[in-house]
Amino acid sequence: MEYILIIISAVFVNNIVLNQFLGVCPFLGVSNKISTAVGMSAAVVFVMTLSTLITYLVQYYILNPLNIGFMQTVTFILVIAALVQMVEIILKKISPALYQALGIFLPLITTNCAVLGVAILVVTKEFTYGGTAAMLNLPQALVYTASMAVGFGLALIIFAGMREQMDLVGVPKPFRGVPIALITAGILALAFMGFSGIV
Amino acid sequence: MFLCLLIICLGGSAVMGGVYLITYEPIAAAQAAKVNQALSQVLPEFDNMPVELAYDLEIDGRKVTVYPATRDSVFAGAAIEAVTTKGFGGPIKVMVGFLPDGTIFNTAILSHAETPGLGDKMDPRKSDFSLQFNGKNPKTFRLAVKKDGGQVDAITAATISSRAFCDVVDLAYKAFIQLIQKGSEQ
Amino acid sequence: MNRLKIITNGIIKGNPTFVLVLGMCPTLGTTTSAANGMGMGLATTFVLMLSNLVISLISGVVPSKVRIPSFVVVIAVFVTVVQLVMQAYVPALYETLGLFIPLIVVNCIVLGRAEAYASKNRPLDSFLDGLGSGLGFTLSLTTLGAIRELLGSGAFFGWKVIPGDAMLVFILAPGAFLALGYLMVLFNKIKKA
Repeated sequence: MEYILIIISAVFVNNIVLNQFLGVCPFLGVSNKISTAVGMSAAVVFVMTLSTLITYLVQYYILNPLNIGFMQTVTFILVIAALVQMVEIILKKISPALYQALGIFLPLITTNCAVLGVAILVVTKEFTYGGTAAMLNLPQALVYTASMAVGFGLALIIFAGMREQMDLVGVPKPFRGVPIALITAGILALAFMGFSGIV
Repeated sequence: MFLCLLIICLGGSAVMGGVYLITYEPIAAAQAAKVNQALSQVLPEFDNMPVELAYDLEIDGRKVTVYPATRDSVFAGAAIEAVTTKGFGGPIKVMVGFLPDGTIFNTAILSHAETPGLGDKMDPRKSDFSLQFNGKNPKTFRLAVKKDGGQVDAITAATISSRAFCDVVDLAYKAFIQLIQKGSEQ
Repeated sequence: MNRLKIITNGIIKGNPTFVLVLGMCPTLGTTTSAANGMGMGLATTFVLMLSNLVISLISGVVPSKVRIPSFVVVIAVFVTVVQLVMQAYVPALYETLGLFIPLIVVNCIVLGRAEAYASKNRPLDSFLDGLGSGLGFTLSLTTLGAIRELLGSGAFFGWKVIPGDAMLVFILAPGAFLALGYLMVLFNKIKKA
Protein backbone atom coordinates (compact mmCIF):
# COMPACT_ATOMS: atom_id res chain seq x y z
CA MET A 1 0.00 0.00 0.00
CA GLU A 2 2.69 2.46 0.96
CA TYR A 3 4.48 1.73 -2.30
CA ILE A 4 1.33 2.54 -4.26
CA LEU A 5 1.07 5.83 -2.38
CA ILE A 6 4.70 6.63 -3.11
CA ILE A 7 4.24 5.84 -6.81
CA ILE A 8 1.05 7.90 -7.27
CA SER A 9 2.48 10.78 -5.30
CA ALA A 10 5.72 10.81 -7.30
CA VAL A 11 4.25 10.32 -10.77
CA PHE A 12 1.16 12.53 -10.61
CA VAL A 13 0.84 14.70 -7.52
CA ASN A 14 4.42 15.89 -7.16
CA ASN A 15 5.31 15.54 -10.82
CA ILE A 16 9.00 16.27 -11.12
CA VAL A 17 8.73 18.71 -14.05
CA LEU A 18 5.32 20.28 -13.69
CA ASN A 19 5.33 20.61 -9.92
CA GLN A 20 8.92 20.52 -8.71
CA PHE A 21 10.55 22.28 -11.69
CA LEU A 22 13.35 19.76 -12.07
CA GLY A 23 14.55 18.77 -15.52
CA VAL A 24 12.84 21.65 -17.29
CA CYS A 25 15.73 22.08 -19.76
CA PRO A 26 15.41 18.61 -21.37
CA PHE A 27 11.64 18.97 -21.02
CA LEU A 28 11.77 21.98 -23.33
CA GLY A 29 14.74 20.78 -25.35
CA VAL A 30 13.91 17.24 -26.48
CA SER A 31 10.15 17.42 -26.71
CA ASN A 32 9.79 18.16 -30.40
CA LYS A 33 9.06 14.59 -31.42
CA ILE A 34 7.41 11.74 -29.56
CA SER A 35 10.07 9.25 -30.63
CA THR A 36 12.95 11.26 -29.14
CA ALA A 37 10.87 11.93 -26.03
CA VAL A 38 10.42 8.19 -25.51
CA GLY A 39 14.17 7.56 -25.90
CA MET A 40 15.04 10.33 -23.47
CA SER A 41 12.49 9.09 -20.93
CA ALA A 42 13.90 5.57 -21.03
CA ALA A 43 17.44 6.88 -20.54
CA VAL A 44 16.34 9.04 -17.59
CA VAL A 45 14.50 6.19 -15.84
CA PHE A 46 17.58 4.00 -16.20
CA VAL A 47 20.21 6.53 -15.11
CA MET A 48 18.16 8.12 -12.36
CA THR A 49 17.36 4.85 -10.59
CA LEU A 50 20.94 3.63 -10.88
CA SER A 51 22.47 6.89 -9.68
CA THR A 52 20.11 7.17 -6.71
CA LEU A 53 21.01 3.63 -5.70
CA ILE A 54 24.67 4.65 -5.57
CA THR A 55 24.26 8.11 -4.06
CA TYR A 56 21.94 6.68 -1.39
CA LEU A 57 24.62 4.18 -0.38
CA VAL A 58 27.30 6.87 -0.52
CA GLN A 59 25.24 9.16 1.72
CA TYR A 60 24.42 6.55 4.37
CA TYR A 61 27.64 4.50 4.36
CA ILE A 62 30.31 7.10 3.57
CA LEU A 63 29.18 10.70 4.13
CA ASN A 64 27.07 10.20 7.28
CA PRO A 65 29.50 7.94 9.20
CA LEU A 66 32.40 10.27 8.41
CA ASN A 67 30.27 13.28 9.29
CA ILE A 68 31.08 15.10 6.06
CA GLY A 69 27.54 15.74 4.91
CA PHE A 70 28.60 19.13 3.57
CA MET A 71 30.49 17.39 0.75
CA GLN A 72 27.21 15.96 -0.55
CA THR A 73 26.93 18.25 -3.59
CA VAL A 74 30.47 17.58 -4.82
CA THR A 75 30.33 13.84 -4.22
CA PHE A 76 26.93 13.36 -5.82
CA ILE A 77 27.71 15.27 -9.01
CA LEU A 78 30.97 13.37 -9.45
CA VAL A 79 29.25 10.03 -8.83
CA ILE A 80 26.55 10.87 -11.37
CA ALA A 81 29.01 12.11 -14.00
CA ALA A 82 31.21 9.04 -13.60
CA LEU A 83 28.21 6.75 -13.68
CA VAL A 84 26.87 8.22 -16.91
CA GLN A 85 30.28 7.77 -18.53
CA MET A 86 30.47 4.18 -17.34
CA VAL A 87 26.96 3.35 -18.50
CA GLU A 88 27.85 4.76 -21.90
CA ILE A 89 30.98 2.61 -22.21
CA ILE A 90 29.34 -0.57 -20.92
CA LEU A 91 26.27 -0.10 -23.08
CA LYS A 92 28.44 0.35 -26.15
CA LYS A 93 30.18 -3.00 -25.45
CA ILE A 94 27.22 -5.08 -24.29
CA SER A 95 24.25 -3.88 -26.26
CA PRO A 96 24.97 -1.82 -29.34
CA ALA A 97 21.24 -1.74 -30.16
CA LEU A 98 20.36 -0.15 -26.83
CA TYR A 99 23.32 2.17 -27.17
CA GLN A 100 22.00 3.28 -30.55
CA ALA A 101 18.66 4.08 -28.96
CA LEU A 102 19.81 5.78 -25.76
CA GLY A 103 23.41 6.77 -26.51
CA ILE A 104 22.85 10.30 -27.71
CA PHE A 105 20.78 11.15 -24.63
CA LEU A 106 23.32 9.98 -22.08
CA PRO A 107 25.72 12.96 -22.16
CA LEU A 108 22.71 15.27 -21.84
CA ILE A 109 21.71 13.56 -18.63
CA THR A 110 24.75 14.59 -16.60
CA THR A 111 23.55 18.17 -16.63
CA ASN A 112 19.92 17.17 -16.15
CA CYS A 113 19.19 18.69 -12.79
CA ALA A 114 16.44 16.16 -12.21
CA VAL A 115 19.00 13.40 -11.62
CA LEU A 116 21.01 15.32 -9.02
CA GLY A 117 17.82 16.87 -7.62
CA VAL A 118 16.13 13.53 -6.92
CA ALA A 119 19.37 12.05 -5.57
CA ILE A 120 19.51 14.89 -3.02
CA LEU A 121 15.76 14.82 -2.33
CA VAL A 122 15.64 11.18 -1.28
CA VAL A 123 18.36 11.60 1.33
CA THR A 124 17.22 14.95 2.76
CA LYS A 125 13.45 15.08 2.66
CA GLU A 126 11.11 13.43 5.13
CA PHE A 127 8.18 11.61 3.58
CA THR A 128 4.82 10.89 5.08
CA TYR A 129 3.30 7.48 4.94
CA GLY A 130 1.48 5.36 7.48
CA GLY A 131 0.91 8.32 9.78
CA THR A 132 4.53 9.14 10.51
CA ALA A 133 7.13 11.30 8.83
CA ALA A 134 10.42 9.55 8.22
CA MET A 135 13.33 9.23 5.84
CA LEU A 136 12.94 6.73 3.03
CA ASN A 137 14.67 3.38 3.32
CA LEU A 138 16.51 1.97 0.33
CA PRO A 139 13.67 0.06 -1.40
CA GLN A 140 11.31 2.99 -0.88
CA ALA A 141 13.93 5.40 -2.19
CA LEU A 142 14.38 3.31 -5.33
CA VAL A 143 10.63 3.02 -5.94
CA TYR A 144 10.29 6.76 -5.36
CA THR A 145 13.13 7.58 -7.76
CA ALA A 146 11.88 5.27 -10.48
CA SER A 147 8.39 6.78 -10.14
CA MET A 148 9.81 10.29 -10.31
CA ALA A 149 11.60 9.32 -13.52
CA VAL A 150 8.41 7.78 -14.91
CA GLY A 151 6.62 11.04 -14.04
CA PHE A 152 9.29 12.88 -16.02
CA GLY A 153 8.75 10.53 -18.96
CA LEU A 154 4.99 10.89 -18.77
CA ALA A 155 5.12 14.69 -18.77
CA LEU A 156 7.73 14.70 -21.55
CA ILE A 157 5.80 12.35 -23.83
CA ILE A 158 2.44 14.13 -23.32
CA PHE A 159 4.17 17.42 -23.98
CA ALA A 160 5.89 16.12 -27.12
CA GLY A 161 2.51 14.98 -28.42
CA MET A 162 1.09 18.44 -27.86
CA ARG A 163 4.03 20.09 -29.59
CA GLU A 164 3.78 17.81 -32.62
CA GLN A 165 0.22 19.03 -33.05
CA MET A 166 1.26 22.59 -32.49
CA ASP A 167 3.66 22.48 -35.42
CA LEU A 168 0.63 22.27 -37.68
CA VAL A 169 -0.96 25.52 -36.56
CA GLY A 170 0.10 29.07 -37.26
CA VAL A 171 1.54 30.56 -34.07
CA PRO A 172 1.97 34.35 -33.93
CA LYS A 173 5.61 35.31 -34.43
CA PRO A 174 6.57 36.54 -30.94
CA PHE A 175 5.08 33.35 -29.46
CA ARG A 176 7.05 30.96 -31.65
CA GLY A 177 9.49 28.51 -30.07
CA VAL A 178 10.07 28.61 -26.35
CA PRO A 179 7.29 31.05 -25.29
CA ILE A 180 4.42 28.98 -26.68
CA ALA A 181 6.08 25.85 -25.28
CA LEU A 182 6.15 27.43 -21.83
CA ILE A 183 2.52 28.52 -22.05
CA THR A 184 1.50 25.02 -23.14
CA ALA A 185 3.50 23.58 -20.26
CA GLY A 186 1.64 25.97 -17.94
CA ILE A 187 -1.71 24.62 -19.10
CA LEU A 188 -0.43 21.04 -18.70
CA ALA A 189 0.71 21.94 -15.17
CA LEU A 190 -2.80 23.27 -14.47
CA ALA A 191 -4.19 19.89 -15.50
CA PHE A 192 -1.74 18.07 -13.23
CA MET A 193 -2.80 20.29 -10.32
CA GLY A 194 -6.07 18.36 -10.38
CA PHE A 195 -4.16 15.45 -8.83
CA SER A 196 -3.11 17.40 -5.77
CA GLY A 197 -4.55 16.22 -2.49
CA ILE A 198 -5.39 12.69 -3.61
CA VAL A 199 -2.59 11.09 -1.61
CA MET B 1 46.33 14.11 -16.06
CA PHE B 2 45.46 12.24 -12.87
CA LEU B 3 47.88 14.36 -10.88
CA CYS B 4 46.08 17.42 -12.12
CA LEU B 5 42.66 16.11 -11.10
CA LEU B 6 44.10 15.05 -7.76
CA ILE B 7 45.48 18.54 -7.10
CA ILE B 8 42.16 20.14 -8.01
CA CYS B 9 40.24 17.75 -5.77
CA LEU B 10 42.64 18.27 -2.88
CA GLY B 11 42.51 22.04 -3.29
CA GLY B 12 38.72 21.93 -3.48
CA SER B 13 38.47 19.76 -0.39
CA ALA B 14 40.75 22.13 1.49
CA VAL B 15 38.58 25.13 0.56
CA MET B 16 35.38 23.31 1.54
CA GLY B 17 36.86 22.02 4.78
CA GLY B 18 38.04 25.51 5.66
CA VAL B 19 34.68 27.13 5.00
CA TYR B 20 32.97 24.29 6.87
CA LEU B 21 35.09 24.94 9.95
CA ILE B 22 34.48 28.69 9.77
CA THR B 23 30.72 28.35 9.33
CA TYR B 24 30.30 25.42 11.74
CA GLU B 25 29.48 27.57 14.75
CA PRO B 26 27.28 30.15 12.98
CA ILE B 27 25.22 27.29 11.46
CA ALA B 28 24.75 25.63 14.85
CA ALA B 29 23.88 29.04 16.33
CA ALA B 30 21.37 29.75 13.55
CA GLN B 31 19.65 26.41 14.10
CA ALA B 32 19.53 26.89 17.87
CA ALA B 33 18.23 30.42 17.38
CA LYS B 34 15.30 29.08 15.37
CA VAL B 35 14.21 26.74 18.18
CA ASN B 36 14.83 29.36 20.85
CA GLN B 37 12.86 31.96 18.93
CA ALA B 38 9.90 29.58 18.60
CA LEU B 39 10.16 28.75 22.31
CA SER B 40 10.10 32.38 23.35
CA GLN B 41 7.05 32.89 21.13
CA VAL B 42 4.96 30.01 22.41
CA LEU B 43 5.86 30.04 26.10
CA PRO B 44 5.12 32.61 28.80
CA GLU B 45 8.18 34.20 30.41
CA PHE B 46 10.73 31.66 31.59
CA ASP B 47 14.28 31.80 32.92
CA ASN B 48 15.64 28.30 32.33
CA MET B 49 17.01 26.71 29.17
CA PRO B 50 14.19 24.47 27.87
CA VAL B 51 16.43 23.21 25.06
CA GLU B 52 18.76 21.57 27.59
CA LEU B 53 15.84 19.83 29.33
CA ALA B 54 14.17 18.67 26.11
CA TYR B 55 13.19 15.02 25.84
CA ASP B 56 11.11 12.84 23.53
CA LEU B 57 7.76 11.25 24.33
CA GLU B 58 5.68 8.77 22.38
CA ILE B 59 1.93 9.37 22.16
CA ASP B 60 -0.15 6.81 20.22
CA GLY B 61 3.02 5.73 18.46
CA ARG B 62 3.88 9.28 17.35
CA LYS B 63 7.00 11.03 18.53
CA VAL B 64 6.82 14.47 20.16
CA THR B 65 9.51 16.59 21.79
CA VAL B 66 8.84 18.28 25.12
CA TYR B 67 10.54 21.50 26.20
CA PRO B 68 9.70 22.17 29.88
CA ALA B 69 9.96 25.77 31.07
CA THR B 70 10.37 27.08 34.60
CA ARG B 71 10.43 30.53 36.14
CA ASP B 72 12.07 31.06 39.54
CA SER B 73 12.30 27.24 39.64
CA VAL B 74 8.51 26.91 39.38
CA PHE B 75 6.95 25.02 36.46
CA ALA B 76 5.78 27.71 34.03
CA GLY B 77 4.49 25.52 31.21
CA ALA B 78 5.88 23.44 28.40
CA ALA B 79 6.31 23.69 24.68
CA ILE B 80 5.52 20.55 22.68
CA GLU B 81 7.00 20.06 19.21
CA ALA B 82 4.85 17.70 17.16
CA VAL B 83 4.41 16.64 13.54
CA THR B 84 1.25 15.77 11.67
CA THR B 85 1.14 13.92 8.38
CA LYS B 86 -2.42 14.93 7.63
CA GLY B 87 -1.41 18.11 5.81
CA PHE B 88 -2.23 18.75 2.19
CA GLY B 89 1.30 19.23 0.91
CA GLY B 90 3.38 17.18 3.35
CA PRO B 91 4.32 17.01 7.01
CA ILE B 92 3.54 20.02 9.22
CA LYS B 93 5.81 20.64 12.20
CA VAL B 94 4.32 22.80 14.92
CA MET B 95 5.35 23.94 18.37
CA VAL B 96 2.54 24.44 20.87
CA GLY B 97 3.08 26.17 24.24
CA PHE B 98 0.87 25.25 27.22
CA LEU B 99 0.39 26.98 30.56
CA PRO B 100 0.52 24.67 33.62
CA ASP B 101 -3.30 24.32 33.61
CA GLY B 102 -3.32 23.09 29.99
CA THR B 103 -4.38 26.36 28.39
CA ILE B 104 -2.76 26.97 25.00
CA PHE B 105 -0.50 30.01 25.28
CA ASN B 106 0.62 30.29 21.66
CA THR B 107 1.58 28.20 18.63
CA ALA B 108 4.37 28.47 16.08
CA ILE B 109 4.81 26.74 12.72
CA LEU B 110 8.30 25.30 12.36
CA SER B 111 7.90 23.90 8.86
CA HIS B 112 5.13 23.08 6.41
CA ALA B 113 4.55 22.56 2.71
CA GLU B 114 0.95 23.76 2.41
CA THR B 115 -0.30 25.56 -0.69
CA PRO B 116 0.78 29.22 -0.74
CA GLY B 117 -2.24 31.47 -0.36
CA LEU B 118 -4.52 28.72 0.95
CA GLY B 119 -3.17 26.25 3.50
CA ASP B 120 -0.23 28.43 4.43
CA LYS B 121 -2.66 30.80 6.12
CA MET B 122 -2.05 28.69 9.21
CA ASP B 123 1.11 30.76 9.53
CA PRO B 124 0.28 33.63 11.94
CA ARG B 125 2.11 36.03 9.60
CA LYS B 126 -0.40 35.25 6.84
CA SER B 127 -3.73 35.12 8.70
CA ASP B 128 -5.29 35.06 12.18
CA PHE B 129 -6.27 31.38 11.92
CA SER B 130 -3.79 30.06 14.47
CA LEU B 131 -4.47 32.90 16.91
CA GLN B 132 -7.95 31.52 17.69
CA PHE B 133 -6.27 28.71 19.66
CA ASN B 134 -4.52 31.08 22.05
CA GLY B 135 -6.00 31.22 25.53
CA LYS B 136 -8.23 28.21 24.88
CA ASN B 137 -8.08 25.10 27.05
CA PRO B 138 -8.63 21.92 25.00
CA LYS B 139 -10.41 20.46 28.07
CA THR B 140 -13.39 22.65 27.15
CA PHE B 141 -12.44 23.76 23.63
CA ARG B 142 -13.14 21.05 21.07
CA LEU B 143 -10.09 20.77 18.82
CA ALA B 144 -11.80 20.11 15.50
CA VAL B 145 -13.11 22.28 12.69
CA LYS B 146 -16.77 23.28 12.89
CA LYS B 147 -17.59 21.04 9.93
CA ASP B 148 -16.48 18.07 12.06
CA GLY B 149 -18.43 19.22 15.13
CA GLY B 150 -15.58 21.13 16.75
CA GLN B 151 -15.14 24.78 17.64
CA VAL B 152 -12.36 25.81 15.27
CA ASP B 153 -13.06 28.16 12.38
CA ALA B 154 -11.36 26.51 9.40
CA ILE B 155 -9.32 28.45 6.84
CA THR B 156 -11.55 29.16 3.84
CA ALA B 157 -10.89 26.62 1.08
CA ALA B 158 -8.26 24.83 3.16
CA THR B 159 -10.20 22.43 5.38
CA ILE B 160 -7.55 19.71 5.09
CA SER B 161 -4.81 22.04 6.33
CA SER B 162 -7.08 23.26 9.15
CA ARG B 163 -7.86 19.67 10.18
CA ALA B 164 -4.17 18.84 10.15
CA PHE B 165 -3.45 21.81 12.39
CA CYS B 166 -6.17 20.70 14.85
CA ASP B 167 -4.71 17.18 14.74
CA VAL B 168 -1.22 18.34 15.64
CA VAL B 169 -2.42 20.65 18.43
CA ASP B 170 -4.52 17.78 19.80
CA LEU B 171 -1.47 15.50 19.77
CA ALA B 172 0.53 18.13 21.60
CA TYR B 173 -2.25 18.48 24.19
CA LYS B 174 -2.31 14.71 24.79
CA ALA B 175 1.45 14.82 25.31
CA PHE B 176 1.08 17.70 27.73
CA ILE B 177 -1.61 15.87 29.75
CA GLN B 178 0.63 12.82 30.03
CA LEU B 179 3.45 15.05 31.14
CA ILE B 180 1.31 16.65 33.87
CA GLN B 181 0.02 13.28 35.09
CA LYS B 182 3.57 11.94 35.32
CA GLY B 183 4.60 15.08 37.17
CA SER B 184 1.84 14.76 39.78
CA GLU B 185 2.59 11.08 40.37
CA GLN B 186 6.16 11.86 41.35
CA MET C 1 34.85 51.00 -21.56
CA ASN C 2 35.57 47.57 -23.01
CA ARG C 3 35.32 46.01 -19.59
CA LEU C 4 31.94 47.60 -19.06
CA LYS C 5 30.80 46.03 -22.30
CA ILE C 6 31.68 42.56 -21.01
CA ILE C 7 29.32 43.12 -18.08
CA THR C 8 26.43 44.66 -20.03
CA ASN C 9 26.62 41.93 -22.67
CA GLY C 10 25.55 39.35 -20.12
CA ILE C 11 22.70 41.51 -18.89
CA ILE C 12 20.96 42.39 -22.17
CA LYS C 13 22.30 40.91 -25.41
CA GLY C 14 23.29 37.58 -23.91
CA ASN C 15 20.68 37.48 -21.16
CA PRO C 16 20.82 33.90 -19.87
CA THR C 17 17.09 33.56 -19.31
CA PHE C 18 15.39 35.42 -22.15
CA VAL C 19 17.92 35.11 -24.95
CA LEU C 20 19.86 31.92 -24.23
CA VAL C 21 16.99 30.14 -22.41
CA LEU C 22 19.36 28.55 -19.90
CA GLY C 23 18.82 27.68 -16.26
CA MET C 24 15.06 27.26 -16.54
CA CYS C 25 14.69 25.13 -13.41
CA PRO C 26 15.69 27.74 -10.81
CA THR C 27 14.01 30.44 -12.92
CA LEU C 28 10.67 28.69 -12.58
CA GLY C 29 11.19 27.09 -9.21
CA THR C 30 12.36 29.93 -7.00
CA THR C 31 10.49 32.97 -8.30
CA THR C 32 7.46 32.80 -6.01
CA SER C 33 8.44 36.26 -4.77
CA ALA C 34 10.79 39.01 -5.91
CA ALA C 35 13.04 38.53 -2.88
CA ASN C 36 13.37 34.78 -3.43
CA GLY C 37 14.24 35.29 -7.10
CA MET C 38 16.81 37.89 -6.18
CA GLY C 39 18.37 35.64 -3.52
CA MET C 40 18.69 32.78 -6.00
CA GLY C 41 20.14 35.13 -8.63
CA LEU C 42 22.75 36.52 -6.28
CA ALA C 43 23.79 33.06 -5.08
CA THR C 44 24.26 32.02 -8.71
CA THR C 45 26.17 35.25 -9.47
CA PHE C 46 28.60 34.51 -6.66
CA VAL C 47 29.28 31.02 -7.99
CA LEU C 48 29.57 32.31 -11.58
CA MET C 49 32.13 35.02 -10.73
CA LEU C 50 34.41 32.84 -8.62
CA SER C 51 34.20 29.72 -10.77
CA ASN C 52 34.90 31.80 -13.90
CA LEU C 53 37.90 33.39 -12.20
CA VAL C 54 39.40 30.11 -10.98
CA ILE C 55 38.64 28.24 -14.21
CA SER C 56 40.32 30.97 -16.22
CA LEU C 57 43.39 30.69 -13.97
CA ILE C 58 43.67 26.90 -14.21
CA SER C 59 42.50 26.32 -17.78
CA GLY C 60 46.08 26.70 -19.10
CA VAL C 61 47.46 23.84 -17.01
CA VAL C 62 44.53 21.41 -17.10
CA PRO C 63 44.89 18.74 -19.82
CA SER C 64 41.95 18.84 -22.21
CA LYS C 65 40.92 15.25 -21.39
CA VAL C 66 39.97 16.11 -17.81
CA ARG C 67 38.81 19.65 -18.55
CA ILE C 68 35.09 19.14 -17.89
CA PRO C 69 35.52 17.07 -14.71
CA SER C 70 37.92 19.67 -13.29
CA PHE C 71 35.50 22.49 -14.11
CA VAL C 72 32.65 20.61 -12.44
CA VAL C 73 34.74 20.10 -9.30
CA VAL C 74 35.61 23.79 -9.14
CA ILE C 75 31.96 24.78 -9.58
CA ALA C 76 30.76 22.24 -7.03
CA VAL C 77 33.27 23.53 -4.48
CA PHE C 78 31.96 27.09 -4.79
CA VAL C 79 28.36 25.87 -4.62
CA THR C 80 29.19 24.12 -1.35
CA VAL C 81 30.75 27.33 -0.06
CA VAL C 82 27.54 29.21 -0.91
CA GLN C 83 25.47 26.50 0.77
CA LEU C 84 27.45 26.69 4.00
CA VAL C 85 27.56 30.49 4.10
CA MET C 86 23.82 30.80 3.44
CA GLN C 87 23.01 28.18 6.06
CA ALA C 88 25.01 30.17 8.57
CA TYR C 89 23.89 33.72 7.85
CA VAL C 90 20.56 33.61 5.96
CA PRO C 91 19.01 30.32 7.16
CA ALA C 92 15.45 31.41 6.31
CA LEU C 93 16.30 32.14 2.66
CA TYR C 94 18.34 28.92 2.48
CA GLU C 95 15.31 26.95 3.60
CA THR C 96 13.01 28.64 1.07
CA LEU C 97 15.32 28.06 -1.89
CA GLY C 98 16.07 24.57 -0.61
CA LEU C 99 17.07 22.11 -3.28
CA PHE C 100 17.82 24.78 -5.88
CA ILE C 101 21.01 25.93 -4.13
CA PRO C 102 22.91 22.64 -4.58
CA LEU C 103 21.42 22.45 -8.08
CA ILE C 104 23.44 25.52 -9.13
CA VAL C 105 26.08 22.87 -9.93
CA VAL C 106 24.07 21.61 -12.88
CA ASN C 107 22.83 25.04 -13.95
CA CYS C 108 23.75 25.19 -17.62
CA ILE C 109 24.67 28.87 -17.32
CA VAL C 110 27.58 28.20 -14.99
CA LEU C 111 29.20 25.38 -16.96
CA GLY C 112 28.25 27.17 -20.18
CA ARG C 113 30.13 30.36 -19.26
CA ALA C 114 33.08 28.30 -18.01
CA GLU C 115 33.33 26.45 -21.30
CA ALA C 116 32.48 29.27 -23.68
CA TYR C 117 34.25 32.18 -22.01
CA ALA C 118 36.40 31.52 -18.96
CA SER C 119 38.49 28.75 -20.51
CA LYS C 120 39.55 31.07 -23.35
CA ASN C 121 39.90 34.49 -21.70
CA ARG C 122 41.98 36.29 -19.10
CA PRO C 123 41.06 36.00 -15.39
CA LEU C 124 39.80 39.57 -14.90
CA ASP C 125 37.65 39.48 -18.04
CA SER C 126 36.26 36.09 -17.04
CA PHE C 127 35.44 37.41 -13.60
CA LEU C 128 33.55 40.35 -15.14
CA ASP C 129 31.81 38.04 -17.60
CA GLY C 130 30.62 35.98 -14.65
CA LEU C 131 29.44 39.15 -12.93
CA GLY C 132 27.54 40.27 -16.04
CA SER C 133 25.87 36.93 -16.73
CA GLY C 134 25.05 36.61 -13.05
CA LEU C 135 23.49 40.05 -12.90
CA GLY C 136 21.50 39.33 -16.06
CA PHE C 137 20.22 36.14 -14.45
CA THR C 138 19.46 37.97 -11.20
CA LEU C 139 17.60 40.69 -13.08
CA SER C 140 15.43 38.16 -14.95
CA LEU C 141 14.65 36.22 -11.80
CA THR C 142 13.83 39.35 -9.82
CA THR C 143 11.55 40.62 -12.60
CA LEU C 144 9.74 37.30 -12.93
CA GLY C 145 9.51 37.02 -9.14
CA ALA C 146 8.13 40.55 -8.85
CA ILE C 147 5.47 39.89 -11.51
CA ARG C 148 4.41 36.59 -9.97
CA GLU C 149 4.34 38.11 -6.49
CA LEU C 150 2.31 41.09 -7.67
CA LEU C 151 -0.24 38.96 -9.52
CA GLY C 152 -0.25 36.04 -7.12
CA SER C 153 -0.23 37.68 -3.72
CA GLY C 154 -0.76 41.35 -4.53
CA ALA C 155 2.55 42.37 -3.01
CA PHE C 156 5.87 43.88 -4.11
CA PHE C 157 8.99 42.69 -2.22
CA GLY C 158 6.70 41.66 0.63
CA TRP C 159 4.75 44.94 0.78
CA LYS C 160 1.05 44.47 0.15
CA VAL C 161 0.13 46.90 -2.64
CA ILE C 162 -3.11 45.44 -4.00
CA PRO C 163 -5.68 44.91 -1.26
CA GLY C 164 -7.82 41.79 -1.15
CA ASP C 165 -7.30 38.41 -2.75
CA ALA C 166 -5.01 37.97 -5.74
CA MET C 167 -4.67 35.45 -8.56
CA LEU C 168 -3.23 32.64 -6.55
CA VAL C 169 -2.38 30.53 -9.58
CA PHE C 170 0.64 32.72 -10.33
CA ILE C 171 2.33 31.60 -7.12
CA LEU C 172 1.62 27.96 -7.94
CA ALA C 173 3.45 25.84 -10.50
CA PRO C 174 1.31 26.59 -13.61
CA GLY C 175 1.65 30.32 -13.03
CA ALA C 176 5.43 30.02 -13.25
CA PHE C 177 5.25 28.57 -16.76
CA LEU C 178 2.57 31.02 -17.90
CA ALA C 179 4.24 34.12 -16.47
CA LEU C 180 7.64 33.22 -17.97
CA GLY C 181 6.04 32.36 -21.31
CA TYR C 182 4.22 35.67 -21.63
CA LEU C 183 7.24 37.61 -20.35
CA MET C 184 9.31 36.03 -23.12
CA VAL C 185 6.69 37.01 -25.70
CA LEU C 186 6.94 40.58 -24.44
CA PHE C 187 10.75 40.44 -24.58
CA ASN C 188 10.64 39.15 -28.18
CA LYS C 189 8.16 41.86 -29.15
CA ILE C 190 10.30 44.66 -27.68
CA LYS C 191 13.47 43.24 -29.23
CA LYS C 192 11.88 43.27 -32.70
CA ALA C 193 10.56 46.81 -32.38
